[in-house]
Amino acid sequence: MNAIANLLRSIGARAIDGVWRLGFATRFLLATLSHTPSAFRRLSLTVREVYFSGVLSLTIIVVSGLFVGMVLGLQGYDTLVRFGATEALGVLVALSLVRELGPVVAALLFASRAGSAITAEIGLMKATEQLDAMDMMAIDPVARVVAPRFWGGVLSMPLLAAMFSATGILGGYLVGVVLIGVDSGQFWSQMQNSVDFRADIVNGVIKSAVFGLAVTWIAVFEGYEAPPTAEGVSRATTRTVVTSALVILALDFILTAFMFRGIG
Amino acid sequence: MNSENVVEIDRLSFGYNSGRQVLADINMRIPRGKVVAIMGQSGCGKTTLLRMMGGALRPSSGDVRVFGESLVHKKQAEIYRLRRRMSMLFQFGALFTDMSTFDNVAFPMWEHTRMDESMIRDLVLMKLHAVGLRGASHLMPSELSGGMARRVALARAIALDPELVMYDEPFAGLDPISLSVIGQLIRELNDALGATSIIVTHDVQESLKIVDYIYFVADGRIIAQGTADEVRSSQVPYVHQFVWGERDGPVPFQYPAPDYASHLGGGSKR
Amino acid sequence: MKRTTIDLWVGIFVALGAAALVFLSFQVATQNTFSRNSIYTVSARFDDLGGLKVQAPVKSAGVLVGRVTGIRFVNDAFVAEVTLAIDKRYTFPTDSSAKILTSGLLGDQYVGLTPGAEVDNLADGGTIELTQGAIVLEKLIGQFLYGKAAGEGESKPQ
Repeated sequence: MNAIANLLRSIGARAIDGVWRLGFATRFLLATLSHTPSAFRRLSLTVREVYFSGVLSLTIIVVSGLFVGMVLGLQGYDTLVRFGATEALGVLVALSLVRELGPVVAALLFASRAGSAITAEIGLMKATEQLDAMDMMAIDPVARVVAPRFWGGVLSMPLLAAMFSATGILGGYLVGVVLIGVDSGQFWSQMQNSVDFRADIVNGVIKSAVFGLAVTWIAVFEGYEAPPTAEGVSRATTRTVVTSALVILALDFILTAFMFRGIG
Repeated sequence: MNSENVVEIDRLSFGYNSGRQVLADINMRIPRGKVVAIMGQSGCGKTTLLRMMGGALRPSSGDVRVFGESLVHKKQAEIYRLRRRMSMLFQFGALFTDMSTFDNVAFPMWEHTRMDESMIRDLVLMKLHAVGLRGASHLMPSELSGGMARRVALARAIALDPELVMYDEPFAGLDPISLSVIGQLIRELNDALGATSIIVTHDVQESLKIVDYIYFVADGRIIAQGTADEVRSSQVPYVHQFVWGERDGPVPFQYPAPDYASHLGGGSKR
Repeated sequence: MKRTTIDLWVGIFVALGAAALVFLSFQVATQNTFSRNSIYTVSARFDDLGGLKVQAPVKSAGVLVGRVTGIRFVNDAFVAEVTLAIDKRYTFPTDSSAKILTSGLLGDQYVGLTPGAEVDNLADGGTIELTQGAIVLEKLIGQFLYGKAAGEGESKPQ
């Protein structure tokens, strides 16, 4: 009886804590957004963060995109050849990448590459009192440290997703056309006939922008909220990756339900 | 307002929401131009007190006035305006690890002034020269020893010629040479800048050499105060034990525990 | 402000991202949404649309000339009315006919326009009178089986 009461109590405490954190995270996001002008007035700070979260993620994004596209090419061919519809390979590769895999996989990679780095960096700056030191110099750490990182991540994400999709399609082309020998003209023309600019490309970009916002928000918040110890920072880093992954997949479902309903 | 006192604290008390009382009934006067130490054991609330003077924490009751202005009901922007006249040296320096020594010292100037690059460069080199590290301006914080990092942090703290400098455990974890270097620097820079310094520390011998006045804090209260000589000859049992580093006294060596003999023989797990 | 190597890398990064977006927009997708000023709309009624969808192509002689912009059911006539947006560059006589066709055996359905012989051309808001609905595979198979059975029935008495 006591054990059940304790279990209920701990579940309740966790739920309340979760709601509390969500509220604080929202206030933190608003505070960060209110410092947007300062992040763009001093563009060099934001450019620096685009370098750290965007440029440094380039390799993993491009290489993964290429391989995902190549796998899609192989698997897609294997499936389509049974229906004698191999010329639809381009459509299959392009639509899967542009609508789903591009934004989602790029965001997952971005969360583990850039998101975790942002959390660890801010967490360590907090643990070593660098944020307090800044605050005591009358420089708001949310404006100077958090806002540029936030915008750097938000701006990088759609570009990374676009590169992921583009290299993925090239990977599909490589396997489908160059290796297996699907007709090149069919590959591209079928793709162009089926992929719609507004319904597919623009929606994919919107998706990746939303994911970028969510991941960077989680990353800066976890870093800023991390207990100022080595253990605290490491837990916060793990939590960034796990929470981001869950949020990306949940948001993907919601956005897909909104965007593609009744079109496909 | 008394212009002679940079910091005035009246009947201040502070407790966390959990109900734990950290500070109670603190009264302090810190006159302009002096170096004042706040001493006490680890965890007695002296760092909390320092943060309250910087406006980072707000008292539960009582008043804190810095430069004659009460911090208690100030908005963030007003506190930032006051903070530009003060600075704080953190326990382990808190240098920005992604910037070089030079950039660390230049940082407050870049953020708060509109001076041109060459002027900032000269000023930074002057500050670094004052702490003896002009030659180390290109090094990253990870390449500095603990004592050097503390000196760079000191140079950064005085970058904008503050009127009030607060030191949070400036002597922690330093070798004897670095220790006396930092101690001397604090005194010299204070006098050269015409600033006021507050040192929170538990290093008695080093600080007694340089400070003008000492407050002793124990269990969140001021239990003794006076000049260095008064403190050395103090007969207050706690101060005596603290200054002379005696093992036992009002602060017991043993953490509260049940009776030793019965504890060993009794077989109870605790 | 000084230029740094980071700026160079970020420049390369942004250029690559823009290139990827351009690639996706022009090589992968077609800009097949006609702008509002360069189209006129006509409507056509069909007895059966099959699997026709909004945004399906409208073709004449195999060339894309427009898009399906609206589909609705007309309750008093029990037929489907389709709105077609046609590029202003192309004009069709008023007696043109519209058919619902399928690209390939299993492909998507589209509207095919066959021009008529009248002098006047279809104007904005006009109606195509001659239409032929989709050929639904089940119906076709049904007709074939029925026809065959009927044929056999006829031949027996001989």
